[in-house]
Amino acid sequence: MARMKFLCDAERCIECNGCVTACKNENEVPWGVNRRRVVTINDGVIGAEKSISVACMHCSDAPCMAVCPVDCFYRTDDGVVLHDKDLCIGCGYCFYACPFGAPQFPQAGAFGLRGKMDKCTFCAGGPEPDRSEAEFKKYGRNRLAEGRLPACAEMCSTKALLGGDGDVIADIYRERTTRRNKGFEAWGWGTAYGAGNKGAAPAAGGKS
Amino acid sequence: MRPALLVAAAAAAALLAGCMEVEQTGAGPAKLGKYQGKPDTPAWNNAPLAQGPKWASGDRASWEAEIKQRQSAQNEYQRIERQ
Repeated sequence: MARMKFLCDAERCIECNGCVTACKNENEVPWGVNRRRVVTINDGVIGAEKSISVACMHCSDAPCMAVCPVDCFYRTDDGVVLHDKDLCIGCGYCFYACPFGAPQFPQAGAFGLRGKMDKCTFCAGGPEPDRSEAEFKKYGRNRLAEGRLPACAEMCSTKALLGGDGDVIADIYRERTTRRNKGFEAWGWGTAYGAGNKGAAPAAGGKS
Repeated sequence: MRPALLVAAAAAAALLAGCMEVEQTGAGPAKLGKYQGKPDTPAWNNAPLAQGPKWASGDRASWEAEIKQRQSAQNEYQRIERQ
């Protein structure tokens, strides 16, 4: 059984925002809502700038699901976290619970009215008849029901953003890191938090 | 006297029944922590499009095989070496 996940390779992401554009175009996401965003740290610092594409991570133990007062979230057999917009009351609890800022709320009408929550669906639509007009209008395109992967991952020009079964994309990423001569040190504490040389200047231009 | 009282009590009970709270969901009373929305159909239950990946409608294994092949195509090391 697949567990659909996204994985963004920060070494490859070039902050082109192609994934953001692909998502907006494929799902006709309303103005002001970005289901996917590219976050950059150390912007402009040579050799230290890193970008990563962020959307709903389809958590295995999703906090949005846990806090929803109307229980409008569900997880598909593929591990994709989706929600029923007919039940959503737009309370925003999921937004506060989500560590990735994935839930978005369209701001429309007078008095800053907050609409129903919108988020990345892993291009899997929602609880409407698959590939129907109603599903497209509420949730966007159902590419999984077309046998395709999310548009953002398939459109990524550098293949920094991978989408699919967690095991498959982890294997792809592992092969990449070993080919970059980042064998065993590519995994674990040292890679995540540094080798202990705190305060050292970021590498200039070289491989980080 | 007593039948009149009984009728009045029955009428009061019938009137109060009209004050019941309206159900908020179509699937009966809400259960805490359980999804309350409409059921969704799995992706593999759809027929494949005229163009694009092909699988047998309703056959999960064939759909998963197709989507796995697509996932593996994201690995350009393998894709290039295969060509």
